[in-house]
Amino acid sequence: MSSRMSSVAKTAAETAVAPDAVLDALEAEAIHVFREAAGAFRRPVMLYSIGKDSTVLLHLAVKAFAPGRVPFPVLHIDTTWKFREMIEFRDRKAREHDLDLTVHTNPEGLAEGVTPFTHGAHEHTRIMKTVALRQALDAGGYDAAFGGARRDEERSRAKERIFSLREPGHRWEPRKQRPEFWRTANTQLSEGQTMRVFPMSNWTELDVWRYIQREEIEVVPLYFAKERPVVERDGQLIMVDDERYPLRDGEKPEMRSVRFRTLGCYPLTAAVESTADTMDDLLAEMLVDRRSERSGRLIDGEGGGSMESKKTEGYF
Amino acid sequence: MTTGNSTDTSRAALFEHPIVRVVACGSVDDGKSTLIGRLLAETESVPDDILDYARNTRRSGSTIPKGEVDFSMLTDGLEAEHEQGITIDVAYRHLYLPSGRRAIIADAPGHEQYTRNMAVAASTADVAILLVDATRGIRPQTHRHLTVCAIMGVRTVIVAINKMDAVDYKHVAFEEFAGGVRAAAARFDLDEVEVIPVSALTGDNVIEGSGQMPWYHGPTVLEALTSWRPSAAEDRSGAPFRMPVQYVVRAEDFRGYAGTVVSGTVRPGDKIVVNAKGGTTSVERVMFGDRDIEVARAGQAVTLTLETETDVTRGDLLVAPPEDLAAEHFPRPATAFAADLVWTGDEELRHGRSYLLLAGSLAVPAVVTAIRARRDVVSGEEMAARTLKMNDIGHVEISTDTAVPLDPYTLSRDTGGFLLVERVSRDTVAAGLVRHALRRAHNVVPHTFTVDQEARALLKSQRPRVLWLTGLPGAGKSTIADALEGRLHAMGMHTYVLDGDGVRTGLNKDLGFTPEDRAENVRRVAETAKLMMDAGLIVIVSLVSPFRGDRRAAKGLFPEGDFLEVWVDTPADVVVERDPKGLYAKAKAGTLPNMTGVGQTYEPPEHPDLVVSGSGELATAVDQLLDVLDVVDVVDVVDVRH
Repeated sequence: MSSRMSSVAKTAAETAVAPDAVLDALEAEAIHVFREAAGAFRRPVMLYSIGKDSTVLLHLAVKAFAPGRVPFPVLHIDTTWKFREMIEFRDRKAREHDLDLTVHTNPEGLAEGVTPFTHGAHEHTRIMKTVALRQALDAGGYDAAFGGARRDEERSRAKERIFSLREPGHRWEPRKQRPEFWRTANTQLSEGQTMRVFPMSNWTELDVWRYIQREEIEVVPLYFAKERPVVERDGQLIMVDDERYPLRDGEKPEMRSVRFRTLGCYPLTAAVESTADTMDDLLAEMLVDRRSERSGRLIDGEGGGSMESKKTEGYF
Repeated sequence: MTTGNSTDTSRAALFEHPIVRVVACGSVDDGKSTLIGRLLAETESVPDDILDYARNTRRSGSTIPKGEVDFSMLTDGLEAEHEQGITIDVAYRHLYLPSGRRAIIADAPGHEQYTRNMAVAASTADVAILLVDATRGIRPQTHRHLTVCAIMGVRTVIVAINKMDAVDYKHVAFEEFAGGVRAAAARFDLDEVEVIPVSALTGDNVIEGSGQMPWYHGPTVLEALTSWRPSAAEDRSGAPFRMPVQYVVRAEDFRGYAGTVVSGTVRPGDKIVVNAKGGTTSVERVMFGDRDIEVARAGQAVTLTLETETDVTRGDLLVAPPEDLAAEHFPRPATAFAADLVWTGDEELRHGRSYLLLAGSLAVPAVVTAIRARRDVVSGEEMAARTLKMNDIGHVEISTDTAVPLDPYTLSRDTGGFLLVERVSRDTVAAGLVRHALRRAHNVVPHTFTVDQEARALLKSQRPRVLWLTGLPGAGKSTIADALEGRLHAMGMHTYVLDGDGVRTGLNKDLGFTPEDRAENVRRVAETAKLMMDAGLIVIVSLVSPFRGDRRAAKGLFPEGDFLEVWVDTPADVVVERDPKGLYAKAKAGTLPNMTGVGQTYEPPEHPDLVVSGSGELATAVDQLLDVLDVVDVVDVVDVRH
C-alpha cells in the first residue's frame, strides 16, 4: 500500500498547481456568469441573504462590473426573525456599495402573525421565505434572479443548472431544465418564464471561506466564536437573540462560546460550540469537523428530498 | 470593498488548468455510481454526515448491509431517481485531487434515451472515465459513449474495466476487453486511452493498487486522473487571441468591454480586430476588477479598453488580426456553415425552419438548409437522413441571417460551438459544432448587385416599407389593406398586398394552423415581404399572425423603421358578429380547433407602431396609415443618394 500511495503522491507532485489557482478559476467562472446574465436579461435582481455566500456573491458582482456600479438591484427577503447583527450588516453594506436595496416581508404573513413557534418551522419558511420571495419577484417584474447556491450544499442541488429555468409561478421542473453546453447559456425566455442564476455553482464551502480569507472580505461576526446566550433544544444550540424567543419553564439562556456555519432565522439556525475567533482558527476547525454545513439547518432534515420539494414550490 | 492582496502571479496560474473537468459514463449497472462514490469518499471529498447517510439509508433491493457505506447513495440526487434506482440527469461533484487540483465530475446518465445529457457532460470535459462491465464486455453503449466523447472534443479517456472481482481478477478477461476498447477508440483522434482493471465494489485499482491483480502495472483511476495534463492542442493560452464581448462597462469617462478570454493572451498595446472584419485597433488597458494588469490569459474574465472609439457591443468577438495568424485559423464572418448537430429537442428538426443560433453572447436567426447525414453512434458511419430526432447526431448545413465569426469546433469549443433555440418555446433544441464555414460552391452569401433597393426605390420615387396588419380573423385587415392600396395606387405608388388567405392557397399551402405552422407561415410571409421591399415596393401584409414572438421575429428581419406593426383592433363581439367566412360559427361548433380567438389565443401587440380601429370609419383608418407611411415625403429617398 505504501508504495502505491507514494505513487499517487509522486504524480501529485508532478502536476501540482498553485494553491490559489482553483479559486482564480472559480472566480473567473462566476464573473463570466454575472456578466452574461446582466447582458442578456431585461431586469435581473440579486438575492441577498446576508450570509457568507451572499457576501462573496456581492464581492464578485462588484468585481464583475468595476469600475462601474453593480448594474442591478439587490433584494433581501426579511422574515423578521433574522439575527439582529445581520440586519445591521446588510444596511451598512448597502451604503458602502451604493446598492439599490429592496427589503420585502410578506405582509399577509406578518398580519397573520406567522412565526416559527406558532406555525412550525416549515410553514414559517414557506410563508415568510418562499411565498415572500415569489411576491417580491412578481412585484419587481424581474426576469432573472442571482443566488449564491452551490452544488455541494445538498444532494438535489448537485443537478442544478447554473442557469436554472423557472416556469410561470416560479415552479422548478427538474425534467424541463435546459441542457447546458460549454459556457454558452440559453438565456431566452418564453412568456411567464424566469431564470435563477447561480454564479457560484461550482464552489464548495471551503472555497468560500478560503476566498473570504484571500480577498479579506468582511462577513457578519456571527460566523466567528464569541460568548453568546444559548439554550439547548433537541440536542441543538439555539441563540436567544431577542425577547421574542419563548423559553420553557425553568429554561435559562447560558453564555457559551459558539459560532454559526450558516445564517438564517435565529430560532431555526443551530450554533456549534467553538473557540474559533479568527479566520485561521475557523479554517483549521473546518478541516477537522467534516460535517456538511446544512446539518445546522433545522428545516432540511426531514426526508432526503425535502430541498427538492421546497424548490419545486419556488424556494431558492 | 478591498480587492484583496492576491498577486498576478497566482492569476497566471489559470494556465495550469487547476480544474480538471471529468465526464463519467457507462452503461446502466456498470457500477458508475459506486466508482464515483468511492473516489469521492476516499479522497475525503464528502462531508461526514453525508457519509453517515450512505451508511444508514438503503434503496429497496440493495444487498449492501447497513452500517457499511453504500457508495452509490452518495451520488444519487433526485427523488425520481431514487425511486427508479437510475441516474437521469447530469450531476456535478467535486473531487479534491492530491495535487491541489480540483476535479469536477459530471456524472452522466447511462440510458440511450439520455445521450443528449451525456453530450452536455462531455461538452466541457477534459477527461472521460468510461466504465465497462467485465462480466458483460463491450456493448453498443460503450461505442456510443466513446463516439459522443470524441465528437464533443474529449481527448483523454480512462477506461475502467469494472467488476474484476466477479471474473476472479483474471488477466485474460481483462486483456480481451482492453484490446476491444483500444480498437474502438482508435477510430477517433484521442490523445490518450488508459485501460485499467478495477473493482469499484472492493476498491481494487480505484485509489490504491490491487494485491489481487499483480499482473497489472499501470496507474489506478485516481493516479490517472491526477497525472492528466493538457495536450498542446488543449493549451488555450497558446492559441490565437479570442474574446467574446459580454457586457459594456460604463462609468464616468470609462467605456470598457467585459468578457472572458477564451483563447490566447492579451496585453496593453496589442492589435485587435472586431468581429474579424474592418480595421484594427489597439488595446489600451487590460483590467481585472478595478485594477490594471499586464497580461490576461485564456480563462480570465477581464475588461478591456480600446485606443480608438470603436462601436463594440455585446455579442461582438475581439480577435487577434490576421497577419499574426495562419489564414485558415481566422474566423472570417460567414453566413453558411457545415456543422454537426446533437439534437436535444422534443420535436424533430424541421428543414427550412427558422431557429435562433446562440454563440457566446451572440444571437442570430438561422435556418438548417440541408441535412447531409445522420451518424450511427455505434458504428460511427454516416447514413442518409431527412430529419434529426432527440439524441440523434447529424451533419447539416446551416445558414444565418447575418454573417457571424465562428471557428471550427476542433480549434475552439468556445467559438466553434453554438446552440439552436426554438423560437416559440425558447428551448435549446440542438448543440452545434462547426466543421467549417462554407465559402465556395455552397456559399449562399448573396451577390451584391449594382442595382439595389435604393436604386429601385429612387426610380419609383418612394420609400419601400412593410406595413404589417395584425388582428383577429374578421377584424377588417383585408378590407383596410384593399382600401389603402387603392389610395396609394391612385397616388402613383408601387404596392403589393400579401394576404393571409392568398398565400395559404399557394406558397404556404403545406402549412396548417398549429403554433409551429403559424410560426413558419409568418416567417415565409415576412421573407416574401422582404424580397418585395427589396424590389422597391410598399408592401401591405394582411395576416392574423396571432403570436407576439412570431411578429417580433418578422420585424427582426428588417432594418429599424422599415417594418411597421399595425394592430387592427376590433372588439371580439364585433368580429364574431361579422364572421365573414363563417369561421367563428365552425369554431363554436368544434370543427375548427385552432381558431384564433376561440381555441388559440391572440396576443395583441405590446408596442405597435400604429393602432387602427377595425370597427370605426374605414376612411379614418386609411388616413392614419397614409399618415404613418408619410408617402408624400420622398425627400429622404433622394437624400440618401448624394
